[in-house]
Formats: sequence, C-alpha cells, structure tokens
Amino acid sequence: MTTRIENVSRRDFLKAGAGLTLGLVLPGAHSARAAAVTEAHDGEAAFAPNAFVRIGTDNRVTVIAKHLEMGQGTYTGLATLVAEELDADWAQVAVEGAPADAKRYNNLLFGTAQGTGGSTAIANSFEQMRQAGASARAMLVQAAAARWKVPAGEIRIKSGIVSHAKSGRKASFGELSEAAAKQPVPQEVRLKDPKDFTLIGRHVPRKDSVAKTTGRAQFTQDVKLPGMLVAVVAHPPRFGATVRTVDERAARAVAGVLRVVTIPRGVAVLAHDYWTAKKGRDALQVEWDDSTAYRGSSEQIFADYRQLAATPGVVARRDGDADKALAGDTNALEAEYTLPYLAHAPMEPLNCVMRVDAQGCEVWNGEQLQTSDQYNLASFFNLRPEQVKLNMLFAGGSFGRRANPAADYLLETAQIVKAIRGEAPVKLVWSREDDMRAGYYRPLYLHRLRAALDAQGKPLAWSQRIVGQSILAGTPFESAMVKDGVDATSVEGAANLPYAIPNLQVELHTTSKDVKVPVLWWRSVGSTHTAFAAEVFLDELATAAGADPVAYRLDLLGAHPRHAGVLKLAADKAGWSKPLAPAKTGTRGRGVAVHESFRSYVAQVVEVTVAPDGSFKVDRVVCAVDCGIAVNPDVIRAQMEGGIGFGLAAALAGAITLKDGVVEQSNFHDYPILRIDQMPNVEVHIVPSAEKPTGVGEPGVPPIAPALVNALFAATGKRIRTLPIGKQLKA
Amino acid sequence: MTRFILNGHKVNTAMPEDTPLLWVLRDGLDLTGTKFGCGMGLCGACTVHVDGVAVKSCSTPVSAVADKHVTTVEQVGRNRVGAAVQAAWQKLDVVQCGYCQSGQIMAATALLAKTPRPSDADIDAAMAGNLCRCATYVRIRAAIHEAAKSLAGRGAA
Repeated sequence: MTTRIENVSRRDFLKAGAGLTLGLVLPGAHSARAAAVTEAHDGEAAFAPNAFVRIGTDNRVTVIAKHLEMGQGTYTGLATLVAEELDADWAQVAVEGAPADAKRYNNLLFGTAQGTGGSTAIANSFEQMRQAGASARAMLVQAAAARWKVPAGEIRIKSGIVSHAKSGRKASFGELSEAAAKQPVPQEVRLKDPKDFTLIGRHVPRKDSVAKTTGRAQFTQDVKLPGMLVAVVAHPPRFGATVRTVDERAARAVAGVLRVVTIPRGVAVLAHDYWTAKKGRDALQVEWDDSTAYRGSSEQIFADYRQLAATPGVVARRDGDADKALAGDTNALEAEYTLPYLAHAPMEPLNCVMRVDAQGCEVWNGEQLQTSDQYNLASFFNLRPEQVKLNMLFAGGSFGRRANPAADYLLETAQIVKAIRGEAPVKLVWSREDDMRAGYYRPLYLHRLRAALDAQGKPLAWSQRIVGQSILAGTPFESAMVKDGVDATSVEGAANLPYAIPNLQVELHTTSKDVKVPVLWWRSVGSTHTAFAAEVFLDELATAAGADPVAYRLDLLGAHPRHAGVLKLAADKAGWSKPLAPAKTGTRGRGVAVHESFRSYVAQVVEVTVAPDGSFKVDRVVCAVDCGIAVNPDVIRAQMEGGIGFGLAAALAGAITLKDGVVEQSNFHDYPILRIDQMPNVEVHIVPSAEKPTGVGEPGVPPIAPALVNALFAATGKRIRTLPIGKQLKA
Repeated sequence: MTRFILNGHKVNTAMPEDTPLLWVLRDGLDLTGTKFGCGMGLCGACTVHVDGVAVKSCSTPVSAVADKHVTTVEQVGRNRVGAAVQAAWQKLDVVQCGYCQSGQIMAATALLAKTPRPSDADIDAAMAGNLCRCATYVRIRAAIHEAAKSLAGRGAA
C-alpha cells in the first residue's frame, strides 16, 4: 500500500531536491504480516498492526504520536484521526509518544526527518494516521468475520463495538485483538467520506487534560533516574565568550556539591538536587575570555540596519518596477518598522536528562527535532544515530525553542555527561535567568516600506526592504531553505504579499555575518515581523486613501478568496460596519489585520479603549480562521486564543535588548509575559472548509500586533511603528 | 531537620532550612506536580497551599512551613473545591502545555474557598500572579466561573 501525499510545504526541511510529491509507505505494508506482531506490552498481549496503533486485550487503543505535545493539542489531533477511521470509542483511546525512528516516524513535510514544527503535525498526518486506523479496523473486521464465519461486508463497527446484525454477535476490540494480529495487513484501505466523520469536526476532550490537571503529567523537569545528578551551569554573559579561569573553591564549599566541571559552554556544578547545585553555581568565581565574544548593542544594531535599509538588498520578489513607479512621486508614503529580539520563555525552563553507556546515549526531553538531535548527539559521542535513544516527554511549551538545529542545550548536557565520563545520569536544569539569557531569539528586524498610490488611492507601487539575521544560515537547513541569498523564513509573509499591487518589490539584507546573536524560529517565524510591517503599512495606505481598512483590503484581495473569506467573517462577527459603543472615559478604536502563515488564513479585529493618560486596554478580539477541514474545532479555538495572548505579550512589552553584548533582561519582571488581567475576550470563528487541514499552532500569532496597533491608531490618531508598544502612547 | 504536614502526612526533611519548599517537595520528597518556573515568585507555577492559603513555594524557605499543613496539586482533588476546579478545567479543556496548570489550579482553589462566586475582577486580581505562556486565560476565567457554579449547585442540593 503506497499512498502519494501531496507535499504542500514551503518549509519541507531536508527535502534535498525531492519532487513535490512524497511516497509514503505504511510500515509493515511491504511484508503482509510482518508488522502485525503480537507483543507483550504492560503485561497485555497487544495487536500492533502498524507503527501508529496498538490494541491491547484490555480493549485499550494506544495511538503512537510521532509529534511532540507542547500544548498545541497534537496528541488529541493525531488520536482523533486514528480513532475516526478505526471507529473506536474516544474513551478507550490513549496516546503515547513515539521513539526516535525517522524510517517510521518522519514528518512527511520534512522529507526524511522526524520532527515537529511549522504547524505541520495535522497537515502531514491527516491521511497517514487515518490509514493507520483504517488498516487496524480492516484487520479487526477480518478477524471477526473469520471467527463468526460471516462475510466481512456484513460486519459493522461503532464506538469500539464490532457487530454482526444478522447473527446478533458482538465483540470488543480487546476480544478480537489477538485474532486480528494474525490477519494479513490489507493492501488497500478506503478512507471515510468526510460526511461520515463522527469524531473529526466534532468536540472530543483533550487526551492530556486529566494528567495536566492532577500533577501527574511527566515533563523532563520531573524525571529522576537512580543516581542522577542535577547540573546547573554558569554561562558566559556574552555570546561567544569562553572560560579563562575558574575558582571553584566557594562552589565546592557548598555542602552537597559533588562535582565542578569546565565544559566548552561554561562551568557546570553538580549535586543530587537543584538547589544545592544552583547555590554552588552562584558561588563560582569565573573569569571570562571575551576576545571572541559578540559585543553589540540593540541600539547600534538598529542604527546599522537603518543605514542598510537605505541601500538595495537582494531581491526576493519583483513584480513590475516599483522603483520606477516610486521615483519622483512626491506623495509617496514611507515608514520604518522595528522589532526587537524576543525570547521564547516557555514556562518549563530548558532542561534535559541524559545518560551514556557502552550501548549508546539515552535522552529524556521535550523532544522536537529527533533526526537532527540524534545526528548532533551521535557526532558528539561518536555513536551511530540509532544508538541515540530519545524519549519524547510532554514539553512545558516550546514556541520553536526546543527545535534547535544547533541542539544547544542537548549538547550542553552531553558535554557535562562526557566531562564526568558517563559516571551518572545528568539532569541539566536552566534557571529562568539562564533560559532568558541563552540566546536563540526571534531576530531583531527593521523594515523600510515605501508606497505610491494612484489617483483612486489604490497602491500603485510597494517597496519593502527587510533587514535582519537569517535563522537558517549556518544550519543544515541552509542548503534547502536559503535560495540565492534569500532565507525563506526572513521574507515569508512579505514576499507572498497577497494584495494586488502592479509594482511590488521585496528586498532582503541578511546581517548574519556581522551580528552574532544566536537566533531561532519563534512561533510563526518570519510572519512575526512581516505581518506587522505589511499590515500596519497597508493600514497607513488606507488612511492616506481615506478608505475603510476592511474595504480597502478586500478590494485588493480579489485573487485570494481565503484571505478575503476570513477578513469578511471577522469583520462581520465584530460588527465592523456599526460604530463602537463609546467608553465611559477615554477613546475607543477598532483595528484589523489579515495574514496567511503555514497555509492557514487568520483575520483578527481588535477593540481597544485608550485612557486619557495613554494607558489602554484590549477589550475584545474577534478572530476568524480558515485552516481547511477543522479536525478538532475546540483545539483550533484554543490555539487562536493562545496565539493571540502570545502575540499580545510581545506587542505590549516583549523585548530582549543587548548592551555591550550582554542581555539586559533576566526574568518575568523585565521580560513580562501576558497576565490574566491583560487578556481580552476572544471570539473565534472557523470558516467551514473541505480543503486539506493545515496548521493552527502558529497562525493565530501574526495578525494580533498589527491589528492592535491599527486599533490604537483608530482610537488616538497616533501610529506606532516600533514594537513593543510599551509607553509610546504616554509620550 | 524540618517537620511539616504534607497532604495530610507528617514528613521530615534534612535539606537545609533555607531550601525553598519547592525543591524540598520536588527533589527531596519526589512530589513533582508542583512546578519550577521562575524561582522568584513571579510566575506562580510553584503555587501550593500552606494552611489553606496559596503560597509561592519557590520563594518560601522550608523553615517557614515547619509544623504547618502543606497541600499540593496531587492532593487538592480530595477537597471538594479542588475537585470542582479540576473537573471544570477538564470540562473546558483549559490546558495546553500544562506546565503552569498545577499552580493555576491551586490559586483558583484558594480563590474559590474564600470567594465562592468571584467576579471577573476578583479572578483577575487573584490570578494575576499565575502566568501562562500558552495564554489559556480565557478558559481559566471560564473554568473558575464553571467551578463556582457547580459548587453552588451541589451546595444547594
């Protein structure tokens, strides 16, 4: 059974020139019976028809999830797909994380690599998981037909009960599991017609809610192995600095400190518990060698970027001739937008548990990039990748941070394990301060935009210059994702601007050669900055044209019905055509933005109230999303709510700043994340669709900052072009 | 040596008296439902109850809870308010990554024990010290109202 899966990704990592379709072979399909093994699992004989589903004699259906559950609901989503085609009862379904094995668990949109990211989990699994469920179902049907000596075509399955109406026979999956395991794996399975779905598109409870509300969910932070040591590391205050001298005496004097080891990334202090190790770490006297350190400052970086933005960059898109259309237009509009570095700051500070022995290396981690991490650790320990065993635990948030091609915190743990010659398992624990200052930020960006309008106020020319570091330069993904000097993640959301503008040019200046701050994808990647620049500037154009922001956009979106669809839906549900109710004190305003990322389309309308002193409250956000078939509508709503809150935190006050190479922030007091009293009411509306499902983990983020800034303009007449907003309205 | 009552049982710890309660629970007593988020009392992931009051255990030295009753998320469901909060959280699928939710549940339980029918403003005030990076706040608010409703219903029955 070979199924062709259309590869629709712009971000198919490690694709290495593969075509636009990828062959998918369900494990076990090549030898009819080989995969249908009966294996002992937790004392229960189990039916494991393929790599993704196991059915025990206890009637439990276990779905093996190849993607990391970091909050986005993928365990629930993947299980929904399997259970739908299996006709399982939702209550009998459990989920466990898959091991690292790219042959079986590769992300079909990442080519041959296993990993989670780019809002691809449901998009790449939609058919694969359904096929896994349908195959298992067919084998249960065959087993029942053989046992009852009735035609397979007369057997039905509903909510986990296999039945034959004429004979009145019934059996549970558990009762049939051993017999099903002996059936041949079907060569072909037919997937359900969407009109017959009973779980997809309906509400099902999340599979991780009970564990996460009772303290039972296991995160990496909760792992304790026999003899394990906890390591806390002193890192250099500047990126690229190294250890010159260490005075360990005070650290060793802390009762309970067992080891102090210097590693390439700093100095590690080990103890049986975190608090002792941290006291030891804090007592270390380390002199750092800054000769190779990066010593830039945010202010200087912006100044340098501003100069670059005045010069032509590498062209990422050219329609018509924007420079010519802009030349000599004395009414041309021009604006500069700036955005700072941002930390991911997951609630679970980064950590990792690792042990090494003669057989290999074993890791416990919120594991997001298996194939890359296996490769990095195998290279470090001189092992084969398959000797690196990765246990994928729940991640206490990631937002991109745990998917690091440089495997920074995993290699740090490996360095410590190696320094103590593998004598004990090690749990690396970063404090919040370590996490905040460790780099791998959303890059700082500067955008310079210019536009010319025609006599009717429509945009005739649009020129956008983007200046910032490349996320992918210097990583193994560079060859596939950086083309002709353009990192696709630097310009996504800008180079594919959907608006009909005859002369359109997008240029990029990549600064990675000069600016040595470690950077990484941050929930919605390039769209975190491109959506801001584009959707605020478009609002400025609408203002200059004297047009309504929604009508102005719709007029330019004729070729993009899905953008237009979410925009209309959000505007309609928000009551855009009616005036806002006035506030008791202060002024109110409403703003809008629409953006596509990861092939999902989101529009948001924001309502704000600005007080006379310039403080403001975000009252309400109305969000419309089109992500194709809505597999789990409630998870989609949750991701939009959460994406809005995540983006809002950055828009309001999120900034990592550097001074002489040192990060100025350290914890939540100076890098504030959103609090409940700042969270607006959020309404989410999902566009009904028969298109293939696309992701929702990231696309809720990009529109909120521009929609908010546009709302603040509507309320005050002041246009904010620098994030975070901070106190700019108070000035 | 510090003695206190943890989830109804007498416990002793030999960890130094300045050790935060959080690390005594997690590393000393292997009770890992209470989470480490910031170490400075800024995020609330470590919230437990000390004599029924919500306390940030990362910045409470264990000496401060000597002979006191400490309740953690592992046990809060034995209490009817805590059970109602957990049930409401599950009914509305509040959680995303889940890492902060032990603390959210402990803070919400303490709020409802004192204020059975909180307003949105009461909720914002009581819960502002509990950060959620996934921003599940819309549902936290709704789940607290839901738990309040279910507790009031059961009280009347």
